[in-house]
Formats: sequence, structure tokens, C-alpha cells
Amino acid sequence: MSTLPRREIALFAGLAVLVALVFASMGAAYGTRMMVEASCYAIIGLGLTIQWGYAGLFNVGVMGFIALAAFVSLFVTYPVNGAFWDSDMPGQLGHALLAIAIGAAAVYAASQTHRLGLPKKWRTLLTLIVLAIAYLWAQSIFDPATAQVERGAGWVGGLGLPVWLGWVAGGAAAGALGWAMGRITLGLRADYMAIATLGISEIVKAFLKNADWLTRGTLTVSPIPWPVPTPQELGFVTSRAAYLSVTALLIVVIFVLLQRAWHSPWGRMMRAIRDNEVSAAAMGKDINRRRLEIFVLGNVLIGIGGAALVTFTSIFDPSAFVPLNHTFLIWVMVILGGAGNNLGTLFGVVLVYIIWTMSEPAALFLFGQIAQWGDALFDWKAPADFATRALQMRVFVIGLTITLVLRFAPNGLLPEKPVKYE
Amino acid sequence: MALLDMSDIHAGYGGANILNGVAIAIDAHEIGVIVGPNGAGKSTTLKALFGLLTVSQGTILLDGKDITNRAPEALVRDGLSFVPQEFNVFPTLSVEENLEMGAFIRRDDFRHLIDKVYGFFPPLKDKRRQAAGELSGGQRQMVAMGRALMTEPKLLLLDEPTAGLSPRYMGEIFERIIEINAAGVGILMVEQNARQALALAHRGFVLAGGRNRFTGTGAELLADPDVAKSFLGGGE
Amino acid sequence: MEAGFLASLPAQELVFFINRGLLAGLIIGSVYALGAVGVTLIFGILRFAHFAHGDMMTIGAFVALVCVALFTGGESIAGLPAAFVLMPIAMAVTALAAIGIDRGFYAPLRRAKVRPVVIVMSSIGVMLMMQGLVRLFAGTGTWQLEAGGAKTIYRLPLLGRDVILTQPQALLIGFTALAAIALHFFLTRSRMGKAMRAVSDNPDLARVSGISIDSVVRATWAIAGALAAAAGTLLALDVTLKPDLAFNIILPIFAAAIVGGIGQPYGAMAGGMLVGFTETFAVFNWSVLLRPLQPWLPDFIDIPNRIAFVPTEYKIVVPFFILIAVLIWRPTGIFKGRVVK
Repeated sequence: MSTLPRREIALFAGLAVLVALVFASMGAAYGTRMMVEASCYAIIGLGLTIQWGYAGLFNVGVMGFIALAAFVSLFVTYPVNGAFWDSDMPGQLGHALLAIAIGAAAVYAASQTHRLGLPKKWRTLLTLIVLAIAYLWAQSIFDPATAQVERGAGWVGGLGLPVWLGWVAGGAAAGALGWAMGRITLGLRADYMAIATLGISEIVKAFLKNADWLTRGTLTVSPIPWPVPTPQELGFVTSRAAYLSVTALLIVVIFVLLQRAWHSPWGRMMRAIRDNEVSAAAMGKDINRRRLEIFVLGNVLIGIGGAALVTFTSIFDPSAFVPLNHTFLIWVMVILGGAGNNLGTLFGVVLVYIIWTMSEPAALFLFGQIAQWGDALFDWKAPADFATRALQMRVFVIGLTITLVLRFAPNGLLPEKPVKYE
Repeated sequence: MALLDMSDIHAGYGGANILNGVAIAIDAHEIGVIVGPNGAGKSTTLKALFGLLTVSQGTILLDGKDITNRAPEALVRDGLSFVPQEFNVFPTLSVEENLEMGAFIRRDDFRHLIDKVYGFFPPLKDKRRQAAGELSGGQRQMVAMGRALMTEPKLLLLDEPTAGLSPRYMGEIFERIIEINAAGVGILMVEQNARQALALAHRGFVLAGGRNRFTGTGAELLADPDVAKSFLGGGE
Repeated sequence: MEAGFLASLPAQELVFFINRGLLAGLIIGSVYALGAVGVTLIFGILRFAHFAHGDMMTIGAFVALVCVALFTGGESIAGLPAAFVLMPIAMAVTALAAIGIDRGFYAPLRRAKVRPVVIVMSSIGVMLMMQGLVRLFAGTGTWQLEAGGAKTIYRLPLLGRDVILTQPQALLIGFTALAAIALHFFLTRSRMGKAMRAVSDNPDLARVSGISIDSVVRATWAIAGALAAAAGTLLALDVTLKPDLAFNIILPIFAAAIVGGIGQPYGAMAGGMLVGFTETFAVFNWSVLLRPLQPWLPDFIDIPNRIAFVPTEYKIVVPFFILIAVLIWRPTGIFKGRVVK
């Protein structure tokens, strides 16, 4: 029997103490809320860690995948909006979508005319012209339809289906977007994927924020249906604990599946590709296919976690998606915990999240003290927005943590352990 | 005193050693040629000399000065110049700009050196404003060597200068090498075209398995039946 | 004859096109060009995507703001905005800061021979640090770089209407043109400029030739930092200084650098203009140009009030679309840069 993993035990024990401290000082309701959110981040983190740790992919658009999945989940689970379905608006919207489909088909057809013998330059020109016309035409049908939805029914509402289906659909949507992004950027430099994912996340957010007919935009949607009875029914602690049991179960299932996959022949192949790409390519393994699989799988997990997270907050507000909270924070969790090590990622998520949540009151307290001392000692008056500036300290600290960890502990606190063949 | 004295060199990339006790020595103004089968450690010897990989054991003396494991930037100032086998020009820079880059460490007016290089390689003069990457293989090799000459080195290291060249260019390059050597520059080159290379060598070194197998003047090695049988094969 | 011909030209539409189309595109294109040159130099010589570039622009603008507050309290100098006159200081400070940041954060990683993508991650960390610091000291609101009131506006009469260009805008365009020329001479005539091109081409050979890679790296950061500071200051002079100027500008700048070809400075400038003009004409209201045609069109065709390819809220889609299009069809860019994995 191998020696006890002392490091893991020590670190997790320390973590447990930290959690207990939070419960003791802030109360059970606060503590359960924090743990549920951490568990959702854990699912997201697992998705990110397999992308980075298993396939070396740099996804800087996590926020976009979370937002998309949360929206799809919302659309699937939110109660049906009778005002919308009872009118002729679905028909109009359907027409608009059909117009878009026809336009897309026309553009695709134009892009394939080289098969008919059209020279490349003319084909590009033709495709662009068809694209412009199709775009303007589809837009002219689409805009009035959506405007009418906003006027008449407010928004399209949801489908009223079960929550678990919503989460699955959210994961699938995130996976599909990941497939599209991966197809375009895999095989090019890693930086290109970073830029492209950053871009797509901003576009997804902009779309969700402005498409009032679909998401109510800045008017937000709430309450989002829960998989377990809500706090109104069971009280904060009990309902949150129930939610936690759902997400914890998900984590366990995902964790077990990932561990088994990593130790399977498929996992061996992935490790071979990651550790020695040149030889793996020489052996005929289609590297980019495999990495695309991982990328999609990772985004599915990110989607599920994102859907769970937003569902928990019970409000869908596109403006609330911020790269700091929904991309970079998770990166810190993954890098600090140990990328590619699922256990390490879980550790990193919980640790960083506790520090993150506690840092808000801590920063405000600290800056409040500074303002007081400054006034007492130097007669210095703090600027009016000092409180918001205090929170910017957190941004600085997150950035500093990323650079320090990369510099001094690039494998994280719980580095991936080489698989031993007993 | 020998210009270059490499003794008992053990070196490799990271883990295993490729060179297991190699010795090379040439005098000033000589042409030294290293030949041997693939994997013998020929290019590795040059790279170990030029500080591109770590020498774990052994010493390298240049004009009596210990230069073992000195960084390439320092060796350029010591009077060594290196022409790699591949990627040996700056492709988007013009021919003349390539030469200027060779003279980067110089602080004096080196116009006369550029003219001297054009003297060695007349075809380059016409193409001096052309991007080096657009030239033919043989002309690129000329640019590569010209770049290395701009520091007026005592010893010029050439890694397979005729690799991939047509026979016509091969002959031209060898002729230039003789010219450059006659002008006072020591040459140490690794070559696959062993016969032709040994024909102009003052000293020849046959390596195999990271060790010296035969050493002598070029003529001696060419005449030696053992060498011919083992390493010179039937053709090149 | 002349008067009749000129009178028949649609003056209002033409001037509108120039003001809101050509000039607007040129203005934003110049900002993108200045930023993209720095990014592409860093891409080519240091071989990573410098995500912190937008924040470097903000820092440059912020330093200019501090200088203005310290030296003149907002008044203009010799008829020019104080921020512009003091811009060289901001450029120098940012250049030094860039070199310092490299030495502190990126150089150690290079020495440890990490994967390039790890350096990109680190640059994101640096980006967040810069963001946090700037907002900590400057607050999260907006700042005026030219507190002295209204900007000087140049009006060029054309066909009875005015082509409008504000002074900061004119300075921006002028500076960009000068920077392009200066860069050209630097890269083709100076020793360090050629060395930078050499390192961008073939860093191993550069080392073997005795070129001091450290000097080249320092020069690269200095140029990138200085141009970023200029871009940030001039942009802030034109609009206001917003702390998140940085984040929104990363995507267009990267798109411009990639379109122009990684490591190709001229390509980056061209790419910046391309992205700027495409963005401007994508949100341009074409119905203003088409409205004069209304009388000639049959009754059932009614030209709407606003015809634009992209609604203004979705402006960010344009550089992204350009980026994706380039990645799909021509990843090496217009000027054939490097797509090294």
C-alpha cells in the first residue's frame, strides 16, 4: 500500500478548518450560500482544468460560455409566457429565423461556387455581396419581429421544462459554441484561441444584454426555477443545503468519470499527446481532433456549472457577467490548485472562493480604517468613491496572484502526479 | 600554439551524452574538416564549441584561452563565428542588411568589410538589396558565410555548408572556403560530402559514436583504406 | 459651368459622409494603428500576445493626466492641449514602465523556458494588476484630459457645409502619420531597428551573430510603451478618459495586428486602418446617403430612417468578425506574418 498522501490531507484539512471558521463567524445561511457557489465554480473549474491541463488550451472566454449556458437554461426552464405564444408573434419570429436560415444557405452556396468553376477572386466578391444582401434582408424581417415581441409580450419567456433539462441544454449549448470556436482556432497559435475566446465572450454578453426580446436585457429575469425547493419554502439554510447536495452529487459524478477517463486508454493517449506532441503526431494520432474533444467537453462542464451558478443566484442579469468574476477568478483557482489535477482544482476553487468572498468585507474594512487614520493623522479626506476603489484592490490582488503563482509555483499547490503503473 | 584545442569533450542535450571524449585541434590559418556517419556527433561538436550546448567534461582552448561553456555572444567577441546548417540567414532582411547584422558588435566603420565580402562572393553584390529569403540555396549560403565573416573571426565554424546544394554550387562554395582561408581565416567545418571536403583539409577528423576514429591530414585520410572502406562509402 | 456642377452635388450628404465616415474611420483607425504596431512588435520579437497593452494605453493617458494636473492645472500651452505638449513625458514614463514590467514579470519566465502561453497568462495577470492600480488611484469614473473647456475646432468649408475636425483629432492623425514615417526610418536605417527585424526573423541566428537580445527586447518595450501611451493620451483627448478604455480596445488592436500579419509593423498600421474604417462604415447610417434618391424610387420602396449593417450596441462584433474571418481564410494576415504554433 502506498504512503498516505500527506500533502493532500494537510491541505484539505486546513481548508476544512477555514470553512468551519467562515460558518462560525458569518453564520450558517452565509456559509451554505458560499459553499453552493463554490461548488458551482468547482464544476466550472473542472471544465477549465481539463482544457488547460489535459490539452494545453487557453480559454479566456469562460464568461461567455457561462452566460450562454445560463441563458439557455433559463430559456428552457422559465415558465411559459402566454402573452407571447397566444399571439402571432411566434409565427413572425419563425419567419424571421427562416429568413436567417435562407440567407445563411445562400451565403454558403455562394462560397461554394468555385466548384462550378468560378475563379477564386470572383467567388470571394460574390460571397461578400450575397452576404451583405442576405444580411440586410434578414435584418429587415428580424428587427420588426423582435420589436413587436418587446412591445407586445415583453419577451419570449421560457419553455417551462424541468431544471435538470435546462442545465443539460445549457451545457450542450456551451459545448456547441466551444466546437465552433475550437474548429476555427485549434491548430493555430495558442494566443489566437485566447483572443478569439475573449472576443466571443464579449459578443455573447453584448447580445444577451441587448436582445431584450429574448432575455429582457437590463430589465433582468427572476426568479429562476430551482431544482430543489426555494428558500421561501424551506428557509435559507435548508434549501441551500439541498441545492448543495445536488451540485455536490454532480461534482462527485463528474470527478469519478474524469478520473476513470484519465486512467483509461483514451486518457493515456491524451497524456501522450500533451507530453510529447511530435511523437504522438508521428504515430498518426489526430491531435487536433482529440484536443477539440477535450475543448468541447470542458465547455460542456463549464456550461453546466454556469447554469447551476446563475440558477442559484435566481436572477439573470447580463450586465452582471464580468470577466473578472467569471473568467479570471476561475483561472486563478485552476492555476493555484494545480491544473490538470482534478483534486487540486477542487482545492483551489474552494480556497480561492473563500478568500474572494471574505475579501470584500475585508477590503472595505481595511480601507475604512485607512480613511479614518488618514483623517486623524494627516487631515486627509478620502474621495467619495473610496469604497468602490477599495474593491479594485481585489482586482490587483487577483492579478498579482496569477503572476506570482506562474512564476514560483507554476504547477500549483497540488501538482499533477505522474500516473504510476503498478 | 594551436588556434583551437578541444580535448576530451563530453557533451549532449540534457540527459545522455552524444560526445564521449572528442578531441579536435587545428592551427591558425588551417582548414579542419570533421566527417563521419550520421549521428556521429559532428554537428554536436561544433555546437558544443560555440556554447550552444553544455560541455559536461573536457576543455576548449582558443589561442590558449579557456572558452569552455562560454556563451555564444561572448565567443563572437573572442573571434569565433558560426554558420548554422539551417535557417542561417535573416530572410526578410536584404543581403546587405544581413551583412550589417553580422557586424552588430563592431563599433567602427565596416564598409570595407562589406566590400571584402562582395569580393569573396561577387554574385551577392548585384543582389545586395534583395531579401535574403528570396535567393537560391547557394546564394543564401554565401550570405550566411558573409554574415559570419563580418566580425573578422580567427576561426569560422561551418555546419555542412554544402548541404542541399547542387554540385555546381557545391564546388563554388568549396572554392570560396579555400579563398577565405587563404585570406587568413581558420576554418573548422562539418561535412557530409566527405571526399571533396577532405581534399581541401589540412586536418581531418573522422568521428563515430561520439568519439574520434581517425585523425590526420586530409590527404592521409583519403589515402587510408580503412577510412575509405568504413566511412567514405562508394560515392560522395 | 462650374457653379452648376458643384451645386448639383449632394453637399449635405457628401460632407456627412466625410465627417461621419471617412474622418471618423481615420481617427479611430489611427488609434488602432498605434496600438497594433506595439502589439505586433511584441508578438514578433517576444512571441506572445500582450494582453496588457490596452492597460498600458490607459496608464499612458493617466500619466499625462497627472502631468497636466502638476504642471498647468489644465490650461493649454501655446494653443495646444497641455496633455499633448506633455505627452512625451507620458511616453517616456510608460516606456520605462514597460521595460521594468518585462524585467520583473516576463523575463524570469523566459529564462525558465516556459511555454509561450504561460507568458500570455502572466500578461493577463499584469493587465489585472494595472487595472486595479489605475482604478485605485483614479477612481472608476471618467476624467477629462482637457479641463480647460471646449476644444478648438477646425472647420473646412466644402460646398456650403463644414467638414469638422477637432484639434485633438487633427493632432492624432498627424501624430500617427509622423509615427509611421519615423518607424519606417527607424526600422530601415538604424542599427537597432534592423536588429529588431533580425530578431523577429530569426532569434537564434541573431544570438549567434552576437546581437544583444536584451537590448532588442528593451527597445521593443520602449517603442511599444511609448506608442501605447501616445495612443491612449490622444484617444482620451478626443473622448474622455475611461478606465475601461483598455479592455474594449484589446480586441480591435489584436484583430488589426493579426490582419496585418504578426510581426509586420506596416501590416499592423494598415490593419489598424482597416479595422477602424470597417467598424465605422459598419455602424454608419447609410440611409442619409440614400435619402436623396427617394424621389426617383417607386412609391412602395420607403427608405427607413436608419440603415446600418450593425447596430451601435454591437459595434464590438465588427473587429471580432474581421478576426475570425482572417483566422479562417488567411491566418498569416495580409502581409504574411508568422503563424508559428
